Amino acid sequence: MSDPKNMIIEAVDIYKYFGDVQALNGVSLTVEAGKVIVVVGPSGSGKSTLLRCINYLETPTSGEIYIDGQLMTNDQRILNETRAEIGMVFQLFNLFPHLTAQENVTLAQNVVRGRSKEEAQEIAMQQLERVGIPEKADVKPAQLSGGQQQRVAIARALAMNPKIMLFDEPTSALDPEMIKEVLDVMLDLAQEGMTMVCVSHEMGFARAAADEVIFMDNGLIVEHTTPDGLFNNPQEERTKLFLSQILQH
Amino acid sequence: MAEQPTDLETRVGPKIEFRGDPFASRLSSFPWWFLGLILIAVWAVFIITTQESYREAFDFIKQGIPVTIYITLISFTLASVIGLMAGLARISRSVVLRNIGTFYIEVIRGIPMLVLIFYLALVAVPSVVDGMNAFGEWLDGNGLGFLGGIFLAIENKNVPLEARAVIALAVTYGAFMAEVFRAGIQSIGRGQMEAARSLGMSYAQSMRYVILPQAVRNILPALGNDFVAMVKDSSLVSVLAVRDITQVARLYAGRSFRFAEAYTIIAVMYLTMVVLLSLLVQLIERRLRANE
Repeated sequence: MSDPKNMIIEAVDIYKYFGDVQALNGVSLTVEAGKVIVVVGPSGSGKSTLLRCINYLETPTSGEIYIDGQLMTNDQRILNETRAEIGMVFQLFNLFPHLTAQENVTLAQNVVRGRSKEEAQEIAMQQLERVGIPEKADVKPAQLSGGQQQRVAIARALAMNPKIMLFDEPTSALDPEMIKEVLDVMLDLAQEGMTMVCVSHEMGFARAAADEVIFMDNGLIVEHTTPDGLFNNPQEERTKLFLSQILQH
Repeated sequence: MAEQPTDLETRVGPKIEFRGDPFASRLSSFPWWFLGLILIAVWAVFIITTQESYREAFDFIKQGIPVTIYITLISFTLASVIGLMAGLARISRSVVLRNIGTFYIEVIRGIPMLVLIFYLALVAVPSVVDGMNAFGEWLDGNGLGFLGGIFLAIENKNVPLEARAVIALAVTYGAFMAEVFRAGIQSIGRGQMEAARSLGMSYAQSMRYVILPQAVRNILPALGNDFVAMVKDSSLVSVLAVRDITQVARLYAGRSFRFAEAYTIIAVMYLTMVVLLSLLVQLIERRLRANE
């Protein structure tokens, strides 16, 4: 933390309990602007909870989150303003099914950013082109494949011009042949310098795009290192065990 | 030795043979009940046109039709607003709002509708107006006459029975519709609210633009059924001497002693309105399903 201004996400000693279940057991994490962080770990290790605590979709039981220096609280005005700067992509896409692809991308621009209809539509088309499906602008989500839906969801988040993008297992619900189209978009985004925190099991993506890789287990960060360090030189037994299980095939 | 029945036969019983007769199967699937309803309508038109006493009764009672329609429409609109607010209160994060919503719904559900209509129209509305008047006078006494005037503008003797009837119906139905709205909102997956909030939309904006459009679409058939039910229950306002078709028919019957004529005619009138509206609701439902 030599230059704290550059730390766009700071999570300090985050604990999160769901009833008696401890999802996070004191996690601290700082993310430098422009870096791509991939979070891996077995299911139930708290990776998604950590991600959801960053934009306060889950309120931490204790601990502090700073986004670009702003302390997150349950103050709704601060929450809404800060969340507008943090795009989030969900495992199950969560597109708005009653709206077309383009309307999905314009809604929050209009309501939150206060952009005019024309401006929002223009930006929506740019973003849909960026994710490679401008021709689906007038189609409802139900008529799109999983990969297309996820790309619309990414466009929806990008249209807000976020400083940070959070990805919560964005390819886990996709058929294998659609994973690549989503990862390609994410890879482009990483190369453009977007700050990204991705919970993902796509090791190929982690190797290609990640600046740092975090291995979590039992609500704790077990290892925080480079992709090379994690895959070729894991320090902890738990990390080695996990990697041997997922890299076997 | 008799053959053992196969497992399937024992479960579904003897096989039904249609012998490939399309006529028989068409007969059994024909909507005879609907034919029955049409026959009732034809019979009603027939006696109204041929019998003097029925025609007189019809001509008198039909003046109540606009009252029944506008009481129903205004009450339903108001009830939807109350129902939406109470439904939102029920699922609110605020303990106070949640309890107010539940309290309202439980109180209304625990009292017969007829008693509620009397109570709301003849006790609750006058009390509220009295309270407003008292507040207005207090403001007046404290040198805030310009504000007090607002609360003194309404007097109990100036609140027409129609308005009391509408308020009573709306408050009563609001409780039932609150549960419909609540169920509709809760039928929308959590991910929708999370996606909207993650984009920086407030709770209210997420409700308005993301959750409610989907929820209302889901509950449209249920709302339609409530509207049909309200057409029928609007007859209860006749106890407040509001001149809807029920009240007009009661007046006519009491004056002429033509009970059969009066009550046959309103029964057929309600039946006609309800059947037509039900068909409309079904049509809308089918349209919605086709659009999905």
